[in-house]
Amino acid sequence: MSPQENVKFLHQKYIQSLNREKRWVRFYQMVIFLVFFSCWELASQKQWIDPLIFSSPSKVGRLFLTKIQDGTLMIDLGYTLSETVFGFILGTFLGTFLAAILWWSPMLSKISDPYLVVLNSMPKVALGPILIVALGPSFTSIVAMGAIISIIITTIVVYTSFKEVDPNYIKVLQTFGANRVQIFREAILPASFPTIISTLKVNVGLSWVGVIVGEFLVSSKGLGYMIIYGFQVFNFTLVMLSLLVIAVFATVMYQLVELLERKLIKNGS
Amino acid sequence: MDFLKINAIHHTYFTKTTAVTALSDVSLEVEEGEFVSFLGPSGCGKTTLLSIIAGLFEPTEGAVTLEGKRVETAENEIGYMLQQDYLFPWKTIEENILLGLKIGNSLSPDKKAYALELLAKMGLKEVESQFPKQLSGGMRQRVALVRTLATEPKLLMLDEPFSALDYQTKLKLEDLVSTTLKSFGKTAILVTHDIGEAISMSDRVFLFSARPGQLHKTFVIPKELRDATPFKARNHEAYPAIFQTIWKELESLEPAGER
Repeated sequence: MSPQENVKFLHQKYIQSLNREKRWVRFYQMVIFLVFFSCWELASQKQWIDPLIFSSPSKVGRLFLTKIQDGTLMIDLGYTLSETVFGFILGTFLGTFLAAILWWSPMLSKISDPYLVVLNSMPKVALGPILIVALGPSFTSIVAMGAIISIIITTIVVYTSFKEVDPNYIKVLQTFGANRVQIFREAILPASFPTIISTLKVNVGLSWVGVIVGEFLVSSKGLGYMIIYGFQVFNFTLVMLSLLVIAVFATVMYQLVELLERKLIKNGS
Repeated sequence: MDFLKINAIHHTYFTKTTAVTALSDVSLEVEEGEFVSFLGPSGCGKTTLLSIIAGLFEPTEGAVTLEGKRVETAENEIGYMLQQDYLFPWKTIEENILLGLKIGNSLSPDKKAYALELLAKMGLKEVESQFPKQLSGGMRQRVALVRTLATEPKLLMLDEPFSALDYQTKLKLEDLVSTTLKSFGKTAILVTHDIGEAISMSDRVFLFSARPGQLHKTFVIPKELRDATPFKARNHEAYPAIFQTIWKELESLEPAGER
């Protein structure tokens, strides 16, 4: 065997070992999934756990099918999803926008510093009742909840990353006579994209919290309402269904952000 | 009239607790087409002086004029190359070299073609669509030079541009930069702490002393060294003598207690 063929052979072997590892990882993931749901089903049927409280996968599945057929699940899901997406986008954009203003005016950033600290430490969901009274028990106030929960932390994190951009990049631009807008567009913003994306990932989770709590409070429609309603009439199959649907769609949103990350951050890697 | 005139520059940095004088009464002139070096120990205010010449900030006292105009008002007439390449990692090589033109709103097909031609002249072919981290350190520094030259600055400032490179790459780049700048007849200021680099590349060497930064002495490099490429100059018979002279002068600058 020539040395070249040998290298090729070894490379193939290496790729095979990578693939084998990947298959085992997938396999164990599937095992965990199946074991969890079958244990849940079994425990519920054998009455090891209270089926009234913990329901069972089969009951949740049946409820899922009926609610798909009568269309009510889609309506609730539609509300919650659009509220979350709007809240998430609004929170991230406004947060980044505020960060840009703070970067633009160091004076303003010094003045607002203590207020940002106070607002950040405050539990935002506690503002829920005020928002609902001010904006009405509707779509708007729930979107506001989804946004407000992530806006301050986004501002703080993104502003910090704006400040930490290597000053030599700014120097390069200044020697070309760049003004502040150009410096922001060419260096500050693109250098901070990785940070903005990672706040997006955090904000996906936060917006779900804001929206679900908002729906608890408004109690008219949505997956959060499904949970609070199921709780009040002691229909925990409904609660479980809602939780599972939330888990699936929160994951989908997270994956979409990761897709965006791969599109946005291109530097030849 | 002098091309670049640096007139009685003083500069002091202020912090809450201290006032540090970085430059004190620095005056010098550079002729058009000349290649000069600023040599000196660390803390002699070389980088501060470059930033002032680049018009990035105003000196506490004094003024710098380029062709009779104050540098603060000049736009894109001074190119500045930093110690490291500082290519923007999220931009392709082509976007990087066109950055100066884009900032100055002067990106035309002609200028773009010129920049790409420069890139080819630097021995960088088919890298336009690559990203900086796909290139080696020496290649990146050449790209940074193209980026600086693309705006066709009248004066080029090089702030220890070879200090982050390995020795072999550094020698090769010295030759490349020197011949390129000579062929364009560009005026250039090189900041360095490497005596050999200063001698082999420049027409005149300005030696600075530290704390506060002052112009200590000016050396005129012999003609035979000026005409040779940096690599040949380093091996020229006139080289050791001038090296010794500058070395002794540098040694004399260090306070006796610090050795």
